[in-house]
Amino acid sequence: MVRLETKSVVMDAQAIDRALTRISHEILETNKGAHSIALIGIVTRGDLLALNLAKRIEQIEGVRVPVGSLDISFYRDDIALHISPELHTTNIPFSVDGRTIVLVDDVLYTGRTIRAALDAIMDYGRPAAIQLAVLIDRGHRELPIRADFVGKNVPSARTEQVRLFLAEVDGRSGVEILQSSPGEHIGAAPLGAQNLESDETADQVQKLRSYTDDVEVDE
Amino acid sequence: MGALTTEHLLNIEDLNVEDIHTVLDTALSFKEVNERTIKKLPTLRGRTVINLFLEPSTRTRTSFEIAAKRLSADAINMSPAASATVKGESLVDTAKTLDAMDCDLLVIRHRYAGAPYIMSQNMRAHIINGGDGKHQHPTQALLDLFTIRERFGGFEGLKVGIVGDIAHSRVFGSLAPALKLLGASVTAIAPATLLPARPDLLGAGYIHDLDEVLGHLDVVYLLRIQKERIDQAPFPSLREYARLYGINRDRLGRMKKDAILMHPGPVNRGVELTFEAVDTAANLLLYQVNAGVAVRMALMYLLLGGDRDGTLA
Repeated sequence: MVRLETKSVVMDAQAIDRALTRISHEILETNKGAHSIALIGIVTRGDLLALNLAKRIEQIEGVRVPVGSLDISFYRDDIALHISPELHTTNIPFSVDGRTIVLVDDVLYTGRTIRAALDAIMDYGRPAAIQLAVLIDRGHRELPIRADFVGKNVPSARTEQVRLFLAEVDGRSGVEILQSSPGEHIGAAPLGAQNLESDETADQVQKLRSYTDDVEVDE
Repeated sequence: MGALTTEHLLNIEDLNVEDIHTVLDTALSFKEVNERTIKKLPTLRGRTVINLFLEPSTRTRTSFEIAAKRLSADAINMSPAASATVKGESLVDTAKTLDAMDCDLLVIRHRYAGAPYIMSQNMRAHIINGGDGKHQHPTQALLDLFTIRERFGGFEGLKVGIVGDIAHSRVFGSLAPALKLLGASVTAIAPATLLPARPDLLGAGYIHDLDEVLGHLDVVYLLRIQKERIDQAPFPSLREYARLYGINRDRLGRMKKDAILMHPGPVNRGVELTFEAVDTAANLLLYQVNAGVAVRMALMYLLLGGDRDGTLA
């Protein structure tokens, strides 16, 4: 794996924490509560953020919202050019029909991932609305897509990568700007980077995901 | 660049251990898709898949057709009656004609071994072997591997017995080498007339008496007896075969508790399995068929994904 140089840290653990708390409040404010919403996170970081947001929403509002995870690999627009052999299972354990879906991702960039995710969600049914929450908006949009909830706007160059690290899976939390070589394609960031044994990472992710196990969904 | 080390699936040997696990992992994701209400992905939009089946087949052809359609590829089926081969067109000419139609992926079933290889030499398309003569049937092997891995979690140290017409079986031809590669041990179980002339060259252990090994096997894989070839008299009667190699209530009882029965289908009830045994094994036999669609979707995705460069046409 190519080791990328960290150029700067744009958010530390505390900053991420505050941003997520604010986004949770904004989601509740916009939707006037939590009863009609569900969160769907895009793997591999968005789904962890979605779980994190769900916990905060529960603390604030006392309501457990359903959380799903989505792998958009099969909906990408560049499948003919390159595919990642690593797939993650999509798990949306509730009906999206009539619900307001808050789509959660870590970094909003070209907008192509979100386009793919919108198509994917539509294949599950007809939500009442889809809103977009991202921790970072780094600009360079190639499609007419914008986020409803943004943790932080981070101006960046196309030659850079903006990546979120989470303590649960990477051993440290932070948003970092990394220098990458031009033309290099990097898909979903692998979990566990170089810091944790993969078994340990899997355990952590399992523990996080178990949050959704006992959510009661009223249909 | 594609995700596999090969452009075609002509033989199971085209895949290394990592490739096999990539296919099985990918198939797991497609299995989830097949459980949705809307079983459709836009993944292979605009790609053309031709199913050229020059030997009768419904289940394999249907499975490939469903796989292609669920991925939004344009799937075209060609059967013997519809094909120019009955008018005497050579295989090479057929390949060049299909190539001129810009087919992206060709699935071929043919009664002669090596036909998929000939197609791969005369077309730009990716080729998947859908069964060639008595040679190989690699997608059947992959769906069997998928089923075994789901059941046992892996392959290392598993004892697999494959029972029946070993000498003429393309299923054995693909499954046995794959299982060996993955660390399972394979025993061919058949009368001498259904083993090749040199069973020592099989690359697997062999034994004539099923009952001797039955209690040690984790997987009992029953090959279909081709009744249409029974006039060549490889054994005296179907009844005798059923008595010696068929799975009945008594043999079910002597299998290991967590052992599984597998069969590539279609089952000859009363021959490879008694009516009772078929019903016991039914869930898993249908699971194999179900897994077949997901495995074929995975292969199409992995072979066609990443096969174009980024330049504008």
